[in-house]
Amino acid sequence: MDSVSEKTVEQKSPAKWDLILRPKTGWFDLHLADLWRYRDLTMLFVWRDFVAQYKQTILGPLWHIIQPLFTTLLFTLMFGRVAKLPTDGLPPMLFYMAGITCWNYFAECLNRSAGTFINNASIFGKVYFPRLCVPVSVVISNIIKFGIQFGLFLCFMGYFAWKGALIHPNALVLLTPVLVLIMAALGLGAGIIISALTIRYRDLQVLITFGVQLLMYATPVILPLSMFSAKYRWIVLANPMSGLVETFRYAFLSSGSFDPMILAYSAAATLVILIVGIVLFNHVERTFMDTV
Amino acid sequence: MQAFFLMSDTVISVENLSKCYRLGSIGGGTLRADVSRWFAKLLGKEDPNLKIGQEHHARQEGQDFWALQNVSFEVKQGEILGVIGRNGAGKSTLLKILSRVTAPTSGEIKVKGRIASLLEVGTGFHPELSGRENIYLNGAILGMTKAEIKNKFDEIVDFSGVQQFLDTPVKRYSSGMYVRLAFAVAAHLEPEILIVDEVLAVGDAEFQKKCLGKMQEVSTKEGRTVLFVSHNIQAIQRLCTQCVYLNNGRVKSAGLTEEILADYLALNKQGLVYRKNSKPESKATITYARIEPEPKPEPNYLDIELTVTANCLMFGSLEFVVYDNTGSPIGLGQVGLTGKTEPVRLAPGENLFKFQMLLPSLAEGNYFITAQVAIPWVTVIDVMDSSLAFEIHRFEIGASQKPFNQGQGFGCIDFKMVVHK
Repeated sequence: MDSVSEKTVEQKSPAKWDLILRPKTGWFDLHLADLWRYRDLTMLFVWRDFVAQYKQTILGPLWHIIQPLFTTLLFTLMFGRVAKLPTDGLPPMLFYMAGITCWNYFAECLNRSAGTFINNASIFGKVYFPRLCVPVSVVISNIIKFGIQFGLFLCFMGYFAWKGALIHPNALVLLTPVLVLIMAALGLGAGIIISALTIRYRDLQVLITFGVQLLMYATPVILPLSMFSAKYRWIVLANPMSGLVETFRYAFLSSGSFDPMILAYSAAATLVILIVGIVLFNHVERTFMDTV
Repeated sequence: MQAFFLMSDTVISVENLSKCYRLGSIGGGTLRADVSRWFAKLLGKEDPNLKIGQEHHARQEGQDFWALQNVSFEVKQGEILGVIGRNGAGKSTLLKILSRVTAPTSGEIKVKGRIASLLEVGTGFHPELSGRENIYLNGAILGMTKAEIKNKFDEIVDFSGVQQFLDTPVKRYSSGMYVRLAFAVAAHLEPEILIVDEVLAVGDAEFQKKCLGKMQEVSTKEGRTVLFVSHNIQAIQRLCTQCVYLNNGRVKSAGLTEEILADYLALNKQGLVYRKNSKPESKATITYARIEPEPKPEPNYLDIELTVTANCLMFGSLEFVVYDNTGSPIGLGQVGLTGKTEPVRLAPGENLFKFQMLLPSLAEGNYFITAQVAIPWVTVIDVMDSSLAFEIHRFEIGASQKPFNQGQGFGCIDFKMVVHK
């Protein structure tokens, strides 16, 4: 009987609602806790992307190695052999591979999270889950690819060191997880900003594919930072990816330069982009189905 | 005692909910509209592109279309609430807002407990993945954790009946298997509130029965709340205790299922229908229909007038299916369908027909007639949905006649037709 009367009191006290749906919420009402509650879903998306991508293929995940390997060979041939661009005195192959490994990760994160709303409209139109699960899963599943390509890079490093090239990895190697984290956050942030804007302005969908390609040339992937003249250097430095690629290459190959300020700038810019992205994404996700 | 208090607990409260959609093409000029909106916001003025909080009289104002207008209702725990209404009444919009797919334009919804919505079965199924893999994926999309799915896995597989094909990619499934697997996952969700939209339209009769049974079980045994949207009046009648009837974006009535259903069906009641020849490519269209009962409390016959506009000369049949007010077909009147009557000659242009439909003894209540033109046993050319209605006011049970009771399901009364030349 006691429990019953307790229950009665509980019912008579002002009703507690678990969820209130209103037309508008604050810009900073991000409900990120939901994202954590749905962590299983995020991981299942990661797993789905990885498994489904290679169903009915012969080479399967080997494609993760073939793709960057051929890009590297192409760059080595074109820019190293034919154009004879300098690579800070490093074997061109290693130089390009370091850049491509980083750039691929960032570009994949950006490209794939940029299509979040458009590509998932059919699911989003039928069921609720925190929409951020999708781009976050993209970033995580790309880490697997990055890992494979990074392993390939380490193999080549070993090979060239054995052949007698002068490669001196230094203590900054320990920064690698931080660098990867910043790259992930940058790709995610920029990607979800674009995904939020694409709903209204589909032009961005077209723009993004070649925009990312162009951006690569404003990053020291092909040319070392030292090769950019003072006049254009600021453009390269304004790109937050530059500091990350430079630091990565310096850590593993001791080429180029390491400037803590540039890295700090990359981290700060990334943080701003990520926050703007999450806020914008969150604002759009509530009503995008009416527009998309 | 406890159960009583739980039962009377409101779990969903919808207050003055409205939803506005913008008509026409969005895009081209949106940048300008956006800039003006931002500018207005900056100056603290009202948004020039979206009017919020106005009193809306018309459903459509310029470019704005109000899919829902000031909708309010409450749902108590353990209830199965049916949402009915014609196409375009706002049912889907309501479900979308409730399941958080889109946000309302104004108003508020308060919810107690976890909501899971089933606006579609198999949302997020990946064709390349196997049945087993899709159970996990789909379950997670619907809001289950991996551990929950693991616990329920065997039950889900049992319910779906696709054990043998668990490791086959779902793209090789038949559509029936696909739907069964998808519904099985959904049926094992354990939210406090379940929102279901017409998923029962798929699957064979046995499976539909299983689904309805499952929904009933979820509500009565486990005390969970179900919101069910359907055009299937029989399903609503069987499942739902309470109903909300939406009409043109507003709540027309809400309350006990029987009363609301009677109201819903009565709205369709009319004796005269004009239709535009909406499908010019169709060989024949029913463009005008009128029925008039003999003016007596219990008519013995109905006068039916029908105009069929045909494109070419053909011989067909005219069929009239009679429904009772629960939506069950009770019988058929026909001309030209069986060999006993001559086929109806439809000449190009308008063909006017006059019939008398003889009525057997019917129980008191409303009845509806669907008229259709067909080539007998081959194809139905045009159907005019149950928009013709008549009413039996009073019936005195005679010594020799047994009345037909409403709500008994399918009947096979032969309504005799007399053709007036």
